[in-house]
Amino acid sequence: MKLQVQGHAAYAYTGGKAFASDGPCIAFIHGALNDHSVWTLLARWYAHHGARVLAVDLPGHGRSEGPALPSVEALADWLLALLDAAGVARAHLVGHSMGSLVALEAASRAPERAAGLVMIGTAYPMKVSDALLATARDDPARAIAMVNAFSHSTLASKPSYPGPGAWLRGGSSALMHRIQNDADGNLFEHDFRVCDAYAGGIEAARRVTCPAHLIVGTRDTMTPPRAAKELAGVLDATVSRIASGHALMQEAPEAVLNAVREAIPA
Amino acid sequence: MPGPSDPAFDTLALHAGAAPDPATGARATPLHLTTSFVFESSEHAASLFNMERAGHVYSRISNPTTAVFEERVAALEGGVGAIATASGQAALHLAIATIAGAGSHIVASTALYGGSHNLLAYTLARFGIETTFVKPRDVDAWRDAIRPNTKLLFGESLGNPGLDVLDIPRVSAIAHDAGVPLLVDATFTTPWLQQPFKLGADLAFHSATKFLSGHGTVIGGVLVDSGAFDWERSGRFPELSAPYAGFHDMVFTEESTVGAFLLRARREGLRDFGACMSPHTAWLILQGLETLPLRMERHVANARKVVQFLAAHPLVAGVGYPELESHPDHALARSLLPRGCGSVFSFDLRGSRRQGVAFIEALQLFSHLANVGDCRSLVIHPASTTHFRMDDAALAAAGIGPGSIRLSIGLEDADDLVADLKSALKAAERAAA
Repeated sequence: MKLQVQGHAAYAYTGGKAFASDGPCIAFIHGALNDHSVWTLLARWYAHHGARVLAVDLPGHGRSEGPALPSVEALADWLLALLDAAGVARAHLVGHSMGSLVALEAASRAPERAAGLVMIGTAYPMKVSDALLATARDDPARAIAMVNAFSHSTLASKPSYPGPGAWLRGGSSALMHRIQNDADGNLFEHDFRVCDAYAGGIEAARRVTCPAHLIVGTRDTMTPPRAAKELAGVLDATVSRIASGHALMQEAPEAVLNAVREAIPA
Repeated sequence: MPGPSDPAFDTLALHAGAAPDPATGARATPLHLTTSFVFESSEHAASLFNMERAGHVYSRISNPTTAVFEERVAALEGGVGAIATASGQAALHLAIATIAGAGSHIVASTALYGGSHNLLAYTLARFGIETTFVKPRDVDAWRDAIRPNTKLLFGESLGNPGLDVLDIPRVSAIAHDAGVPLLVDATFTTPWLQQPFKLGADLAFHSATKFLSGHGTVIGGVLVDSGAFDWERSGRFPELSAPYAGFHDMVFTEESTVGAFLLRARREGLRDFGACMSPHTAWLILQGLETLPLRMERHVANARKVVQFLAAHPLVAGVGYPELESHPDHALARSLLPRGCGSVFSFDLRGSRRQGVAFIEALQLFSHLANVGDCRSLVIHPASTTHFRMDDAALAAAGIGPGSIRLSIGLEDADDLVADLKSALKAAERAAA
């Protein structure tokens, strides 16, 4: 559905159900150069099990108007404003990669509005190498190919996403190219710099009051499990370890669903 | 900076989509000959039907063995996914039926396989889908033929049988300017010789019966989506960008930013038209796909030797192979097909129709039949077989003469093939007497 957030049109996928006026709500926040379509299976599952779902397109990504926002903090404020626009007082916040930092920061800025925090494929700090930042700046297509290769741990993920017959590496690459090509400016470099620059993660984690759950991929080379240890400790989070690369929702949709269900029962 | 990349083509041909079977440890892809798959619970069943979870329900819609084949072809083509079909014709029909209906219009090349021409010119016209045919080399004609109701531009990477080289970069640019996708039949080239998506095509399909399988054992097709075409922005495709009452009121472009086309093609096309591939067929074609790079290299090498022989023979009026400077698309082929132009081509015999018959009947190694892309060498007379429904004008438009003979060069020793052709040409000479 379309919402007006901070003066711009914003889009949120509602899981194949009309967005109800009340009931438990889950907000899904995608990562760098992605959009809501990385969440559709999870979003549909929760929407068909009694939850209200908002799988957002972040500003400047996909169907949400730009400009892309300059920091994790600004994105967190935007997310809270989107909840306002949707009439949602309190929501579970589920983020992947860059989106997990946005969820963390939003949960810290408005603890009373976060019913739960789920961070998937996460790390803190989420530093990006100078070499990759330079490639993202100078040759985004090459950087997309690199990140796509980094993000997948296998050539055969079953049952695939969104279903059998889908070639995950091709889908991820096509999505990143689509988002990059449709954006104003070099969104890939922008998103990576947003991740790299975020310095408030530990302080944010200390302010979080809701239950926190981390879902990490044991084969993730983008955000390896060890890079989330300090964050998990400060959040006192439960941690699910899944055999997957960084593209967890695509490589291991069933395992991610089961792990999220531990944190957010239907 | 140098960095990781996805595995190369030859590796993907062996591994993409397949992993050791978690249940048994089987290394080769198991053949799942089953119609259906047991639900874990009623809730699990409902979630599969609602597309809340991924998985297999019924083998007309998906099957684990068939999915390996689909994912492997998608990987080799550089696409987001694929759908295996009962035949190449079924793949073409699925592509069209997913985005077109009564009142729709298609622009297609004149240089098409006869079966494709039949479907477009006669059968789909009966269902209200009209096609304008244009010469593939006439770039302006592609542009001029596009109408407000045009849904698709369609051509063959190498046109059958004259091997017109489709200028995919230019034709796709014309298509995209109009908000229309370009569909390419890539059967003759396979992704080893050319990946249409890298050149600008949006959809591709194969008769997998041919080179992808390579063994001449089964009929099959496969339709691949690049994921690059923006169906919503185009404004021409409410089939994908508006709620579909036939499937949960799903808006396919919202459901999957880059996989909308395949979602509808599978959830409607396979469900309702039902032209699915048998898992057994998928398994057999997978055996062929594993050696596609090796076979294509040999097909091309053999074809070059045969072309060289025929081009120098006095009884041969001409050979239609784009690697020859005499072919009108020679320069384009050097640019778009640097690895070669495949192993299916036509040549024209001098002399009478009787000499043509004598030639074909004298061949020993070449099999006279209606197929291409087999590991064995094949021969056919298009005007009386594959393209027999076309009148003389349509034949000429497709670059086919009454004396044209089409060869599909296999994997035999090239010297043996040349010897067989030499002997048959002598028989044709004798038939002139």
